[in-house]
Amino acid sequence: MLIRQAPDIRSSEITPERLYRNRRQFIQGASGVVAGALVGGAMLGRYGGLLRAQESIDNLKQSPLSTDEEPNSYEDITTYNNFYEFGLDKGDPARYSHEMSIDPWSVRVEGEMNKPAADVALDDLLRPHTLEERIYRLRCVEAWSMVVPWVGFPLGDLIKRFEPTSKAKFVKFETLHRPSEMRGQRGRSLEWPYVEGLRMDEAMHPLAILAVGMYGKTLLNQQGAPLRLVVPWKYGFKSIKSIVKMEFVEEQPRNSWNVAIPNEYGFYSNVNPEVDHPRWSQASERRIGSFFRMRTAMFNGYADQVAGLYDGMDLAQNY
Amino acid sequence: MSVRRVKLCVFAACLIPLGLLVWRAVMGDLTANPIEYITHRTGDWTLRFLLLTLAVTPLRKLMGWSQLASFRRMLGLFAFFYATLHFSTYLVLDFFFDFELILDDVIERRYVTAGFFGFVSLVPLAATSTKAMIRRLGGERWRSLHRLAYVAAVAGVVHYFWLVKIDVLPPLTYAVILAVLLGSRVWFRYTNHRVGRASATGRDRGVPTDADLAG
Repeated sequence: MLIRQAPDIRSSEITPERLYRNRRQFIQGASGVVAGALVGGAMLGRYGGLLRAQESIDNLKQSPLSTDEEPNSYEDITTYNNFYEFGLDKGDPARYSHEMSIDPWSVRVEGEMNKPAADVALDDLLRPHTLEERIYRLRCVEAWSMVVPWVGFPLGDLIKRFEPTSKAKFVKFETLHRPSEMRGQRGRSLEWPYVEGLRMDEAMHPLAILAVGMYGKTLLNQQGAPLRLVVPWKYGFKSIKSIVKMEFVEEQPRNSWNVAIPNEYGFYSNVNPEVDHPRWSQASERRIGSFFRMRTAMFNGYADQVAGLYDGMDLAQNY
Repeated sequence: MSVRRVKLCVFAACLIPLGLLVWRAVMGDLTANPIEYITHRTGDWTLRFLLLTLAVTPLRKLMGWSQLASFRRMLGLFAFFYATLHFSTYLVLDFFFDFELILDDVIERRYVTAGFFGFVSLVPLAATSTKAMIRRLGGERWRSLHRLAYVAAVAGVVHYFWLVKIDVLPPLTYAVILAVLLGSRVWFRYTNHRVGRASATGRDRGVPTDADLAG
């Protein structure tokens, strides 16, 4: 970024929104074409640098970890979202998240690691990684589910770059906190910023990814652009969106939902049909787009891969 | 405008929420989770009609609009109508008669229990809403039975409280309105509020007159 935005006045304050959004779309479209031409064959499957909303991401590696279930429609996935930073209604994120600017974006990485703490620009964060498509089931704690064709890379690959020390027992994540652009943060539905965390072995698990796109395009803001976590065997709220901070810590961090209602939301939040939410059943779920309810599977159907992480643990106690 | 014509207008207005749902269904505009959307809207309107019904008597006493009494039955029956749609949505669209899951739900989920209880307590009210039933039961017994409307409204609000994830504002709003409506009844009782000659007809004891039920 050569030109910085003046901090005290934004273009949205001068130009009618419809016009500047059109302009932005035009610029995005144009830069997409330019980027496509630049990237060419030289960067096959590599992150190309100019990642902007709705740019397409080409030459994705396919993953054997993908489900062969039919993904939900692009429209369903991008209009039915829980992202309380923009409001409590499922339609609020699609309605209001365009108010969040995601460029420039950097992630603060710090904590128990050998590498020095740093603010890593998104481009630098992504550059070494090969993006792949991961089609995952997503099970919300509210008992609905979707199948989402994410684009991302293993979280573990990123973690290794920072060389966490033996004291790093957990990874803690934080979402952007910017009430001026995230209207839900002006209220107090949850404590802001949103915090989530994983135990180190969970974070290193090959199924845990950081996503930057979906359906071969970069994420929309309502999905947690430009960078979000996806942990498919846990309830959706663990998959924190619009990440600005990653910290290696010794103590188990307190995630936002646990802080809000401790007896209903724990740290682990593994999908588990046997352990109900105190007020509703987790035995079944509604797959968005299908009429019949389906039985919820242990660890959201990823038990073969992840059950070993929890050997000997009482999952009713560690909900 | 005659009472009859006003009633027709109110009747049509009470069907607007259903009309909007049907319209959105036709337009494919019921969100990505249509069954949840239908469940929430019919539930909202059940509560709204219950509160409207319970607002009739206090408003009538406060403003002296004796004509209002004749709308109470219609509003109450619409509350039952939307409650039936709400319950059917749960039974048919959401669980499609999967009684194993439903039984688990009704017994173990307190919010479902509360909602089910509220719905069931509306059934005798709807069943005894005709002139003939009022006569058969007699005014006093009919009135006692129809106090179930308070129970249904409380159950409905509690049902809502117990199912929200964290946003208690909507159920809290309903709770406050319900508290005001129930509180007004206590207040009227202690201030012995009467509206002119209407008391002679039994209206003030909560039993509708033939005139109220006409048309």
